[in-house]
Amino acid sequence: MIELPALGWQSIVIFVVFALSLLIATYCTYAERVIAAFLQDRVGPDRAGPYGLLQPLADAVKMFTKEEFFPGGANKALFIFGPCLAMITALMSSAVIPFGNNVSFGNNSFFLQGIEVNVGMLWVFGVVSLGVYGVMIGGWASNNKFSLLGAVRAASQNISYELAMGMSLIAVLMMSGTLSLREITLQQSVAGEWHFWNIVKQPLGFIIFCVCAFAETNRTPFDLPECETELVGGYHTEYSSMKLGLYLFAEYINIFVASAVMSVLYFGGFNFPFQYELRDWLVSSQGWELASAQNLITVLGTVGLFAKIFGFIFFFMWVRWTLPRFRYDQLMRLGWTILIPLAVVNILITGGLILFGVIQ
Amino acid sequence: MQLTNRAKKLEKKPMTLAERAYLPAIFQGLSITMRHFFMKKATVRYPEEVRPFSPVFRGLHVLKRDEQGRERCTACGLCAVACPAEAITMVAGERKKGEEGLYREEKYAISYEINMLRCIFCGLCEEACPKAAVYLQPDKIAPPRYERDEFIYGKDRLVEPVSPDARSVRGIQLTPEQADALRNKLAQQPA
Repeated sequence: MIELPALGWQSIVIFVVFALSLLIATYCTYAERVIAAFLQDRVGPDRAGPYGLLQPLADAVKMFTKEEFFPGGANKALFIFGPCLAMITALMSSAVIPFGNNVSFGNNSFFLQGIEVNVGMLWVFGVVSLGVYGVMIGGWASNNKFSLLGAVRAASQNISYELAMGMSLIAVLMMSGTLSLREITLQQSVAGEWHFWNIVKQPLGFIIFCVCAFAETNRTPFDLPECETELVGGYHTEYSSMKLGLYLFAEYINIFVASAVMSVLYFGGFNFPFQYELRDWLVSSQGWELASAQNLITVLGTVGLFAKIFGFIFFFMWVRWTLPRFRYDQLMRLGWTILIPLAVVNILITGGLILFGVIQ
Repeated sequence: MQLTNRAKKLEKKPMTLAERAYLPAIFQGLSITMRHFFMKKATVRYPEEVRPFSPVFRGLHVLKRDEQGRERCTACGLCAVACPAEAITMVAGERKKGEEGLYREEKYAISYEINMLRCIFCGLCEEACPKAAVYLQPDKIAPPRYERDEFIYGKDRLVEPVSPDARSVRGIQLTPEQADALRNKLAQQPA
Protein backbone atom coordinates (compact mmCIF):
# COMPACT_ATOMS: atom_id res chain seq x y z
CA MET A 1 0.00 0.00 0.00
CA ILE A 2 1.35 3.39 -0.97
CA GLU A 3 0.97 6.12 1.60
CA LEU A 4 1.05 9.42 -0.21
CA PRO A 5 0.30 12.75 1.38
CA ALA A 6 -2.15 14.70 -0.73
CA LEU A 7 0.48 17.32 -1.51
CA GLY A 8 2.89 14.69 -2.85
CA TRP A 9 0.21 13.26 -5.05
CA GLN A 10 -0.69 16.68 -6.37
CA SER A 11 2.90 17.49 -7.20
CA ILE A 12 3.11 14.25 -9.18
CA VAL A 13 -0.04 15.20 -11.09
CA ILE A 14 1.30 18.70 -11.69
CA PHE A 15 4.60 17.31 -12.95
CA VAL A 16 2.85 14.88 -15.29
CA VAL A 17 0.56 17.63 -16.59
CA PHE A 18 3.59 19.87 -17.10
CA ALA A 19 5.42 17.18 -19.06
CA LEU A 20 2.29 16.33 -21.01
CA SER A 21 1.66 19.96 -21.94
CA LEU A 22 5.18 20.24 -23.30
CA LEU A 23 4.91 16.94 -25.16
CA ILE A 24 1.56 17.85 -26.66
CA ALA A 25 2.83 21.30 -27.66
CA THR A 26 5.86 19.66 -29.28
CA TYR A 27 3.75 17.32 -31.30
CA CYS A 28 1.27 20.08 -32.10
CA THR A 29 3.96 21.65 -34.26
CA TYR A 30 4.24 18.37 -36.13
CA ALA A 31 0.47 17.86 -36.25
CA GLU A 32 -0.06 21.38 -37.51
CA ARG A 33 2.29 20.83 -40.42
CA VAL A 34 0.89 17.41 -41.29
CA ILE A 35 -2.72 18.61 -41.07
CA ALA A 36 -1.91 21.69 -43.13
CA ALA A 37 -0.30 19.45 -45.71
CA PHE A 38 -3.18 16.99 -45.79
CA LEU A 39 -5.72 19.76 -46.20
CA GLN A 40 -3.67 21.03 -49.15
CA ASP A 41 -3.23 17.62 -50.83
CA ARG A 42 0.37 17.27 -49.66
CA VAL A 43 1.94 14.80 -47.25
CA GLY A 44 3.92 17.12 -44.95
CA PRO A 45 7.14 16.34 -43.11
CA ASP A 46 7.99 12.66 -43.50
CA ARG A 47 11.80 12.60 -43.59
CA ALA A 48 12.86 12.62 -39.93
CA GLY A 49 12.13 9.16 -38.54
CA PRO A 50 9.10 7.02 -39.41
CA TYR A 51 6.35 9.28 -40.79
CA GLY A 52 8.49 12.25 -39.79
CA LEU A 53 7.76 11.64 -36.11
CA LEU A 54 11.18 12.91 -35.07
CA GLN A 55 10.56 16.23 -36.81
CA PRO A 56 9.87 18.11 -33.52
CA LEU A 57 13.26 16.90 -32.28
CA ALA A 58 14.95 18.25 -35.40
CA ASP A 59 13.08 21.53 -34.97
CA ALA A 60 14.19 21.76 -31.35
CA VAL A 61 17.82 21.21 -32.34
CA LYS A 62 17.44 23.91 -34.95
CA MET A 63 15.83 26.30 -32.48
CA PHE A 64 18.49 25.77 -29.82
CA THR A 65 21.45 26.14 -32.17
CA LYS A 66 20.28 29.37 -33.80
CA GLU A 67 21.88 32.67 -32.95
CA GLU A 68 20.45 34.55 -29.98
CA PHE A 69 19.81 37.95 -31.42
CA PHE A 70 19.12 41.12 -29.51
CA PRO A 71 17.97 44.05 -31.63
CA GLY A 72 19.71 47.36 -31.08
CA GLY A 73 17.90 49.62 -28.66
CA ALA A 74 15.86 46.78 -27.24
CA ASN A 75 15.20 46.57 -23.54
CA LYS A 76 17.21 43.43 -22.92
CA ALA A 77 15.71 42.38 -19.61
CA LEU A 78 12.12 42.73 -20.83
CA PHE A 79 13.08 41.20 -24.16
CA ILE A 80 14.00 38.01 -22.29
CA PHE A 81 11.16 38.33 -19.81
CA GLY A 82 8.45 38.44 -22.51
CA PRO A 83 8.71 34.87 -23.82
CA CYS A 84 9.34 33.57 -20.29
CA LEU A 85 6.10 35.13 -19.07
CA ALA A 86 4.17 33.80 -22.06
CA MET A 87 5.48 30.31 -21.36
CA ILE A 88 4.96 30.43 -17.58
CA THR A 89 1.35 31.57 -17.84
CA ALA A 90 0.61 29.00 -20.53
CA LEU A 91 1.95 26.23 -18.31
CA MET A 92 0.26 27.50 -15.15
CA SER A 93 -3.25 27.51 -16.52
CA SER A 94 -3.50 23.74 -16.89
CA ALA A 95 -2.99 23.18 -13.16
CA VAL A 96 -6.67 23.37 -12.23
CA ILE A 97 -8.07 21.25 -15.04
CA PRO A 98 -9.51 17.96 -13.80
CA PHE A 99 -7.98 15.32 -16.03
CA GLY A 100 -9.77 12.41 -14.46
CA ASN A 101 -12.06 11.19 -11.73
CA ASN A 102 -10.69 9.80 -8.49
CA VAL A 103 -8.37 6.82 -8.33
CA SER A 104 -7.83 4.85 -5.17
CA PHE A 105 -4.91 2.83 -3.86
CA GLY A 106 -6.00 0.98 -0.77
CA ASN A 107 -7.39 3.57 1.58
CA ASN A 108 -6.10 6.56 -0.32
CA SER A 109 -8.27 8.17 -2.91
CA PHE A 110 -6.99 10.88 -5.18
CA PHE A 111 -8.42 13.08 -7.85
CA LEU A 112 -6.52 13.36 -11.13
CA GLN A 113 -6.18 17.11 -10.88
CA GLY A 114 -3.27 19.40 -10.07
CA ILE A 115 -4.95 21.70 -7.59
CA GLU A 116 -8.59 21.83 -6.71
CA VAL A 117 -9.58 25.39 -6.00
CA ASN A 118 -13.13 26.57 -5.69
CA VAL A 119 -12.37 29.38 -8.17
CA GLY A 120 -10.90 27.09 -10.84
CA MET A 121 -12.49 28.85 -13.76
CA LEU A 122 -11.36 32.24 -12.45
CA TRP A 123 -7.84 30.87 -12.13
CA VAL A 124 -7.81 29.84 -15.80
CA PHE A 125 -9.21 33.21 -16.82
CA GLY A 126 -6.77 35.19 -14.73
CA VAL A 127 -3.71 33.29 -15.83
CA VAL A 128 -4.71 33.31 -19.49
CA SER A 129 -5.25 37.07 -19.30
CA LEU A 130 -1.76 37.39 -17.83
CA GLY A 131 -0.48 35.61 -20.94
CA VAL A 132 -1.10 38.66 -23.05
CA TYR A 133 1.46 40.48 -20.91
CA GLY A 134 4.14 38.18 -22.32
CA VAL A 135 3.13 39.18 -25.83
CA MET A 136 2.84 42.85 -24.89
CA ILE A 137 6.18 43.04 -23.11
CA GLY A 138 7.99 41.10 -25.81
CA GLY A 139 6.53 43.19 -28.60
CA TRP A 140 7.20 46.45 -26.83
CA ALA A 141 10.74 45.57 -25.75
CA SER A 142 11.78 44.68 -29.30
CA ASN A 143 12.07 48.33 -30.33
CA ASN A 144 10.39 47.53 -33.62
CA LYS A 145 7.23 49.12 -34.95
CA PHE A 146 5.87 45.87 -36.34
CA SER A 147 6.39 44.15 -33.01
CA LEU A 148 4.72 47.01 -31.20
CA LEU A 149 1.75 46.96 -33.58
CA GLY A 150 1.39 43.22 -33.07
CA ALA A 151 1.57 43.65 -29.32
CA VAL A 152 -1.04 46.39 -29.29
CA ARG A 153 -3.32 44.32 -31.47
CA ALA A 154 -2.87 41.32 -29.18
CA ALA A 155 -3.77 43.38 -26.14
CA SER A 156 -6.87 45.01 -27.60
CA GLN A 157 -8.04 41.74 -29.14
CA ASN A 158 -7.63 39.83 -25.90
CA ILE A 159 -9.47 42.47 -23.91
CA SER A 160 -12.35 42.62 -26.40
CA TYR A 161 -12.86 38.90 -26.59
CA GLU A 162 -12.36 38.19 -22.91
CA LEU A 163 -15.57 40.12 -22.26
CA ALA A 164 -17.68 37.98 -24.54
CA MET A 165 -15.91 34.86 -23.29
CA GLY A 166 -16.62 35.68 -19.68
CA MET A 167 -20.27 36.47 -20.43
CA SER A 168 -20.78 33.21 -22.32
CA LEU A 169 -19.27 31.48 -19.33
CA ILE A 170 -21.64 33.14 -16.90
CA ALA A 171 -24.49 31.17 -18.42
CA VAL A 172 -22.68 27.95 -17.59
CA LEU A 173 -21.91 29.16 -14.09
CA MET A 174 -25.56 30.07 -13.55
CA MET A 175 -26.47 26.46 -14.18
CA SER A 176 -23.62 24.93 -12.19
CA GLY A 177 -23.61 27.40 -9.31
CA THR A 178 -19.89 26.89 -8.84
CA LEU A 179 -16.60 27.98 -10.38
CA SER A 180 -14.85 24.73 -9.52
CA LEU A 181 -14.02 22.85 -12.69
CA ARG A 182 -14.26 19.55 -10.82
CA GLU A 183 -17.78 20.34 -9.69
CA ILE A 184 -18.81 21.48 -13.17
CA THR A 185 -17.48 18.22 -14.61
CA LEU A 186 -19.17 16.04 -12.01
CA GLN A 187 -22.49 17.82 -12.47
CA GLN A 188 -22.53 16.90 -16.14
CA SER A 189 -23.01 13.26 -15.38
CA VAL A 190 -24.97 11.95 -12.43
CA ALA A 191 -25.32 8.26 -11.65
CA GLY A 192 -28.74 6.85 -12.32
CA GLU A 193 -30.08 9.94 -14.04
CA TRP A 194 -30.43 10.84 -17.68
CA HIS A 195 -28.02 13.74 -17.77
CA PHE A 196 -26.75 15.80 -20.63
CA TRP A 197 -23.45 17.55 -21.20
CA ASN A 198 -23.54 21.32 -21.13
CA ILE A 199 -23.27 21.58 -24.91
CA VAL A 200 -26.89 20.45 -25.15
CA LYS A 201 -28.03 23.16 -22.75
CA GLN A 202 -25.67 25.87 -23.97
CA PRO A 203 -25.20 25.58 -27.75
CA LEU A 204 -25.08 29.34 -28.29
CA GLY A 205 -22.79 29.81 -25.32
CA PHE A 206 -20.47 27.16 -26.69
CA ILE A 207 -20.25 28.83 -30.10
CA ILE A 208 -19.44 32.18 -28.47
CA PHE A 209 -16.91 30.57 -26.15
CA CYS A 210 -15.30 28.70 -29.04
CA VAL A 211 -14.95 31.81 -31.20
CA CYS A 212 -13.48 33.70 -28.26
CA ALA A 213 -11.09 30.84 -27.55
CA PHE A 214 -9.80 31.18 -31.10
CA ALA A 215 -9.28 34.90 -30.54
CA GLU A 216 -7.65 34.39 -27.13
CA THR A 217 -5.11 31.93 -28.49
CA ASN A 218 -4.32 34.20 -31.46
CA ARG A 219 -5.30 31.56 -33.98
CA THR A 220 -6.53 32.11 -37.50
CA PRO A 221 -8.95 33.73 -38.33
CA PHE A 222 -7.95 35.98 -35.42
CA ASP A 223 -4.17 35.82 -35.77
CA LEU A 224 -3.76 39.54 -36.28
CA PRO A 225 -1.05 39.96 -33.61
CA GLU A 226 1.32 37.82 -35.63
CA CYS A 227 -0.01 38.09 -39.16
CA GLU A 228 3.01 37.65 -41.35
CA THR A 229 1.43 39.26 -44.39
CA GLU A 230 1.06 42.62 -42.67
CA LEU A 231 3.40 42.75 -39.70
CA VAL A 232 6.37 40.59 -40.78
CA GLY A 233 6.03 38.36 -37.73
CA GLY A 234 3.94 40.52 -35.43
CA TYR A 235 5.09 40.63 -31.82
CA HIS A 236 7.81 38.02 -32.38
CA THR A 237 9.37 39.69 -35.43
CA GLU A 238 12.66 40.32 -33.62
CA TYR A 239 12.78 37.00 -31.82
CA SER A 240 15.07 34.19 -32.83
CA SER A 241 16.38 30.97 -31.36
CA MET A 242 14.59 29.37 -28.43
CA LYS A 243 12.95 32.63 -27.35
CA LEU A 244 10.91 32.43 -30.53
CA GLY A 245 10.45 28.76 -29.72
CA LEU A 246 8.99 29.66 -26.33
CA TYR A 247 6.43 31.96 -27.95
CA LEU A 248 5.38 29.32 -30.45
CA PHE A 249 5.30 26.72 -27.69
CA ALA A 250 3.20 28.97 -25.49
CA GLU A 251 0.71 29.35 -28.33
CA TYR A 252 0.33 25.60 -28.67
CA ILE A 253 0.06 25.08 -24.93
CA ASN A 254 -2.65 27.74 -24.90
CA ILE A 255 -4.50 25.81 -27.58
CA PHE A 256 -4.19 22.68 -25.47
CA VAL A 257 -5.55 24.47 -22.41
CA ALA A 258 -8.36 26.12 -24.38
CA SER A 259 -9.31 22.71 -25.78
CA ALA A 260 -9.22 21.22 -22.30
CA VAL A 261 -11.39 24.00 -20.89
CA MET A 262 -13.92 23.63 -23.69
CA SER A 263 -14.03 19.88 -23.15
CA VAL A 264 -14.52 20.31 -19.41
CA LEU A 265 -17.10 23.08 -19.58
CA TYR A 266 -19.22 21.91 -22.47
CA PHE A 267 -18.33 18.33 -23.36
CA GLY A 268 -18.51 16.63 -20.01
CA GLY A 269 -14.80 16.58 -19.19
CA PHE A 270 -13.77 13.09 -18.21
CA ASN A 271 -17.34 11.77 -18.31
CA PHE A 272 -18.34 9.41 -21.04
CA PRO A 273 -21.74 7.89 -21.83
CA PHE A 274 -22.86 4.90 -19.76
CA GLN A 275 -19.87 5.06 -17.40
CA TYR A 276 -21.93 4.28 -14.31
CA GLU A 277 -23.73 1.47 -16.07
CA LEU A 278 -20.34 0.04 -17.06
CA ARG A 279 -19.08 0.32 -13.49
CA ASP A 280 -22.18 -1.27 -11.99
CA TRP A 281 -22.06 -4.06 -14.55
CA LEU A 282 -18.41 -4.76 -13.70
CA VAL A 283 -19.21 -4.86 -10.00
CA SER A 284 -22.43 -6.83 -10.13
CA SER A 285 -21.88 -9.39 -12.88
CA GLN A 286 -18.09 -9.55 -13.24
CA GLY A 287 -17.31 -9.61 -9.52
CA TRP A 288 -14.94 -6.63 -9.56
CA GLU A 289 -14.29 -4.58 -6.48
CA LEU A 290 -15.95 -1.17 -6.55
CA ALA A 291 -12.59 0.61 -6.20
CA SER A 292 -10.90 -1.15 -9.09
CA ALA A 293 -13.97 -0.71 -11.30
CA GLN A 294 -13.91 2.99 -10.46
CA ASN A 295 -10.19 3.12 -11.29
CA LEU A 296 -10.88 1.60 -14.68
CA ILE A 297 -13.66 4.11 -15.32
CA THR A 298 -11.28 6.91 -14.34
CA VAL A 299 -8.59 5.72 -16.75
CA LEU A 300 -11.14 5.39 -19.55
CA GLY A 301 -12.48 8.84 -18.71
CA THR A 302 -9.01 10.37 -18.85
CA VAL A 303 -8.46 8.74 -22.23
CA GLY A 304 -11.83 10.10 -23.31
CA LEU A 305 -10.98 13.60 -22.11
CA PHE A 306 -7.76 13.54 -24.08
CA ALA A 307 -9.65 12.30 -27.12
CA LYS A 308 -11.95 15.32 -26.78
CA ILE A 309 -8.95 17.63 -26.32
CA PHE A 310 -7.20 16.24 -29.39
CA GLY A 311 -10.43 16.60 -31.32
CA PHE A 312 -10.54 20.28 -30.40
CA ILE A 313 -6.86 20.75 -31.25
CA PHE A 314 -7.57 19.20 -34.63
CA PHE A 315 -10.51 21.56 -35.02
CA PHE A 316 -8.26 24.54 -34.23
CA MET A 317 -5.85 23.47 -36.96
CA TRP A 318 -8.60 22.57 -39.40
CA VAL A 319 -10.09 26.06 -39.05
CA ARG A 320 -6.67 27.66 -39.40
CA TRP A 321 -6.13 26.10 -42.82
CA THR A 322 -9.66 26.88 -43.99
CA LEU A 323 -10.51 30.45 -43.07
CA PRO A 324 -8.83 33.65 -44.14
CA ARG A 325 -7.85 36.22 -41.52
CA PHE A 326 -10.35 38.86 -40.44
CA ARG A 327 -9.66 42.51 -41.10
CA TYR A 328 -9.00 44.47 -37.96
CA ASP A 329 -12.28 46.39 -38.04
CA GLN A 330 -14.20 43.18 -38.74
CA LEU A 331 -12.53 41.61 -35.72
CA MET A 332 -13.56 44.47 -33.47
CA ARG A 333 -17.09 44.60 -34.87
CA LEU A 334 -17.53 40.87 -34.36
CA GLY A 335 -16.30 41.11 -30.80
CA TRP A 336 -18.13 44.19 -29.60
CA THR A 337 -21.32 44.38 -31.61
CA ILE A 338 -22.13 40.72 -32.18
CA LEU A 339 -20.57 38.40 -29.63
CA ILE A 340 -21.12 40.50 -26.51
CA PRO A 341 -24.85 41.19 -27.22
CA LEU A 342 -25.29 37.53 -28.13
CA ALA A 343 -23.67 36.51 -24.87
CA VAL A 344 -26.03 38.82 -22.97
CA VAL A 345 -29.01 37.32 -24.79
CA ASN A 346 -27.68 33.89 -23.91
CA ILE A 347 -27.53 34.85 -20.25
CA LEU A 348 -31.14 36.09 -20.40
CA ILE A 349 -32.37 32.93 -22.10
CA THR A 350 -30.52 30.74 -19.62
CA GLY A 351 -31.89 32.77 -16.72
CA GLY A 352 -35.42 32.41 -18.07
CA LEU A 353 -35.05 28.67 -18.58
CA ILE A 354 -33.69 28.23 -15.06
CA LEU A 355 -36.51 30.36 -13.67
CA PHE A 356 -39.13 28.18 -15.33
CA GLY A 357 -37.27 25.04 -14.36
CA VAL A 358 -36.57 23.78 -17.85
CA ILE A 359 -32.89 23.33 -17.07
CA GLN A 360 -31.02 23.47 -13.81
CA MET B 1 -15.65 40.41 -75.07
CA GLN B 2 -16.94 37.24 -73.55
CA LEU B 3 -14.31 34.50 -73.51
CA THR B 4 -16.05 31.86 -71.39
CA ASN B 5 -19.51 31.31 -70.04
CA ARG B 6 -18.20 30.72 -66.54
CA ALA B 7 -18.44 34.31 -65.40
CA LYS B 8 -20.97 34.66 -62.63
CA LYS B 9 -23.45 37.47 -62.75
CA LEU B 10 -23.19 39.27 -59.44
CA GLU B 11 -25.99 41.25 -57.96
CA LYS B 12 -25.23 43.74 -55.27
CA LYS B 13 -28.00 43.22 -52.80
CA PRO B 14 -27.94 43.18 -49.00
CA MET B 15 -26.83 39.92 -47.46
CA THR B 16 -29.36 37.58 -46.00
CA LEU B 17 -29.24 36.69 -42.32
CA ALA B 18 -27.59 33.34 -43.05
CA GLU B 19 -24.90 35.07 -45.06
CA ARG B 20 -24.32 37.66 -42.37
CA ALA B 21 -24.11 35.05 -39.65
CA TYR B 22 -21.08 33.70 -41.55
CA LEU B 23 -21.36 30.32 -39.83
CA PRO B 24 -22.94 28.45 -42.79
CA ALA B 25 -20.12 29.72 -44.99
CA ILE B 26 -17.59 28.55 -42.43
CA PHE B 27 -19.07 25.06 -42.36
CA GLN B 28 -19.10 25.00 -46.15
CA GLY B 29 -15.42 25.88 -46.16
CA LEU B 30 -14.65 23.32 -43.47
CA SER B 31 -16.39 20.61 -45.48
CA ILE B 32 -14.33 21.51 -48.55
CA THR B 33 -11.04 21.28 -46.66
CA MET B 34 -12.16 18.05 -45.00
CA ARG B 35 -12.81 16.57 -48.44
CA HIS B 36 -9.28 17.49 -49.40
CA PHE B 37 -7.99 15.86 -46.21
CA PHE B 38 -9.00 12.46 -47.55
CA MET B 39 -8.05 13.06 -51.18
CA LYS B 40 -5.14 11.35 -52.85
CA LYS B 41 -2.00 13.38 -52.26
CA ALA B 42 -0.13 14.94 -55.14
CA THR B 43 3.27 14.55 -53.52
CA VAL B 44 5.90 12.30 -55.12
CA ARG B 45 8.42 11.31 -52.42
CA TYR B 46 11.32 11.93 -54.76
CA PRO B 47 14.39 9.89 -53.97
CA GLU B 48 12.35 6.78 -53.20
CA GLU B 49 9.67 7.38 -55.76
CA VAL B 50 10.47 8.77 -59.20
CA ARG B 51 7.91 10.38 -61.41
CA PRO B 52 7.99 8.51 -64.76
CA PHE B 53 9.69 10.41 -67.57
CA SER B 54 8.09 10.92 -70.94
CA PRO B 55 9.64 8.75 -73.68
CA VAL B 56 10.64 11.90 -75.58
CA PHE B 57 12.30 13.47 -72.53
CA ARG B 58 15.73 14.92 -73.32
CA GLY B 59 18.05 14.24 -70.42
CA LEU B 60 21.72 13.56 -69.89
CA HIS B 61 23.85 13.05 -73.00
CA VAL B 62 25.57 9.82 -73.95
CA LEU B 63 28.26 9.15 -76.55
CA LYS B 64 27.30 5.91 -78.21
CA ARG B 65 29.49 3.04 -79.35
CA ASP B 66 28.87 0.87 -82.38
CA GLU B 67 28.08 -2.85 -82.33
CA GLN B 68 31.73 -3.73 -81.84
CA GLY B 69 32.20 -1.38 -78.93
CA ARG B 70 34.03 1.32 -80.88
CA GLU B 71 33.34 4.99 -80.27
CA ARG B 72 31.20 6.42 -83.05
CA CYS B 73 32.24 10.05 -82.59
CA THR B 74 34.68 11.39 -85.15
CA ALA B 75 35.04 14.83 -83.63
CA CYS B 76 33.59 16.57 -86.68
CA GLY B 77 32.36 19.41 -84.48
CA LEU B 78 28.88 19.66 -85.98
CA CYS B 79 27.27 19.24 -82.58
CA ALA B 80 29.35 22.09 -81.18
CA VAL B 81 28.31 24.25 -84.13
CA ALA B 82 24.67 23.34 -83.71
CA CYS B 83 24.71 23.97 -79.98
CA PRO B 84 22.85 27.24 -79.26
CA ALA B 85 24.27 27.41 -75.74
CA GLU B 86 27.88 26.71 -76.78
CA ALA B 87 28.11 23.99 -74.22
CA ILE B 88 30.14 21.48 -76.24
CA THR B 89 33.91 21.58 -76.75
CA MET B 90 36.11 18.89 -78.22
CA VAL B 91 39.67 18.19 -79.31
CA ALA B 92 40.10 15.99 -82.38
CA GLY B 93 42.90 13.49 -82.76
CA GLU B 94 44.12 10.95 -85.33
CA ARG B 95 43.63 7.27 -84.70
CA LYS B 96 46.95 5.42 -84.40
CA LYS B 97 47.71 1.97 -85.60
CA GLY B 98 46.40 -0.66 -83.21
CA GLU B 99 43.52 1.52 -82.00
CA GLU B 100 41.08 0.25 -84.61
CA GLY B 101 39.16 -1.60 -81.91
CA LEU B 102 38.63 1.61 -79.96
CA TYR B 103 37.55 4.14 -82.55
CA ARG B 104 35.36 3.56 -85.56
CA GLU B 105 36.80 6.25 -87.85
CA GLU B 106 40.35 7.47 -88.46
CA LYS B 107 39.61 10.67 -86.56
CA TYR B 108 38.28 10.62 -83.03
CA ALA B 109 37.70 12.94 -80.08
CA ILE B 110 40.65 13.04 -77.69
CA SER B 111 38.53 15.05 -75.34
CA TYR B 112 34.82 15.79 -75.54
CA GLU B 113 33.24 17.98 -72.90
CA ILE B 114 29.70 19.17 -72.31
CA ASN B 115 29.03 21.83 -69.71
CA MET B 116 25.74 20.79 -68.16
CA LEU B 117 25.25 24.23 -66.65
CA ARG B 118 25.27 25.80 -70.11
CA CYS B 119 23.36 23.04 -71.86
CA ILE B 120 19.68 23.77 -72.43
CA PHE B 121 18.86 20.18 -73.39
CA CYS B 122 17.36 21.22 -76.73
CA GLY B 123 18.62 18.15 -78.53
CA LEU B 124 20.07 20.00 -81.54
CA CYS B 125 23.40 18.18 -81.09
CA GLU B 126 21.56 14.91 -81.44
CA GLU B 127 19.96 16.12 -84.68
CA ALA B 128 23.23 17.50 -86.01
CA CYS B 129 25.31 14.37 -85.48
CA PRO B 130 26.00 12.58 -88.78
CA LYS B 131 27.43 9.52 -87.04
CA ALA B 132 24.54 8.90 -84.63
CA ALA B 133 27.04 9.27 -81.79
CA VAL B 134 25.46 11.71 -79.37
CA TYR B 135 22.05 11.11 -77.81
CA LEU B 136 20.05 12.65 -75.01
CA GLN B 137 18.85 9.84 -72.78
CA PRO B 138 15.16 9.87 -71.87
CA ASP B 139 15.68 8.37 -68.41
CA LYS B 140 18.66 10.18 -66.90
CA ILE B 141 19.11 13.72 -65.65
CA ALA B 142 22.26 15.62 -64.66
CA PRO B 143 22.26 15.24 -60.88
CA PRO B 144 22.91 18.21 -58.58
CA ARG B 145 26.53 18.81 -57.53
CA TYR B 146 28.33 21.10 -55.14
CA GLU B 147 31.00 22.47 -57.50
CA ARG B 148 30.72 24.10 -60.90
CA ASP B 149 33.63 22.00 -62.20
CA GLU B 150 31.65 18.88 -61.58
CA PHE B 151 29.08 19.90 -64.15
CA ILE B 152 31.61 19.74 -66.99
CA TYR B 153 31.13 16.21 -68.21
CA GLY B 154 34.15 14.70 -69.97
CA LYS B 155 34.42 11.52 -71.95
CA ASP B 156 34.77 9.55 -68.72
CA ARG B 157 31.13 10.28 -67.87
CA LEU B 158 29.68 10.66 -71.36
CA VAL B 159 30.88 7.64 -73.31
CA GLU B 160 28.63 4.65 -73.11
CA PRO B 161 30.25 1.93 -71.01
CA VAL B 162 31.33 -1.15 -72.94
CA SER B 163 29.66 -4.36 -72.04
CA PRO B 164 32.36 -6.76 -70.76
CA ASP B 165 31.39 -9.27 -73.43
CA ALA B 166 32.36 -6.82 -76.17
CA ARG B 167 35.65 -5.78 -74.57
CA SER B 168 38.98 -6.80 -76.01
CA VAL B 169 42.56 -6.55 -74.82
CA ARG B 170 44.93 -5.58 -77.64
CA GLY B 171 42.50 -6.72 -80.28
CA ILE B 172 41.78 -10.12 -78.71
CA GLN B 173 38.21 -10.72 -77.56
CA LEU B 174 37.82 -11.50 -73.84
CA THR B 175 36.84 -15.07 -72.97
CA PRO B 176 33.52 -15.44 -71.12
CA GLU B 177 35.42 -16.12 -67.87
CA GLN B 178 37.48 -12.98 -68.26
CA ALA B 179 34.32 -11.04 -69.07
CA ASP B 180 32.66 -12.33 -65.89
CA ALA B 181 35.70 -11.44 -63.81
CA LEU B 182 35.64 -7.94 -65.28
CA ARG B 183 31.92 -7.63 -64.62
CA ASN B 184 32.44 -8.56 -60.96
CA LYS B 185 35.27 -6.09 -60.65
CA LEU B 186 33.14 -3.33 -62.12
CA ALA B 187 30.24 -4.21 -59.84
CA GLN B 188 32.44 -3.86 -56.76
CA GLN B 189 33.72 -0.45 -57.71
CA PRO B 190 31.73 2.42 -56.35
CA ALA B 191 29.88 4.31 -59.00
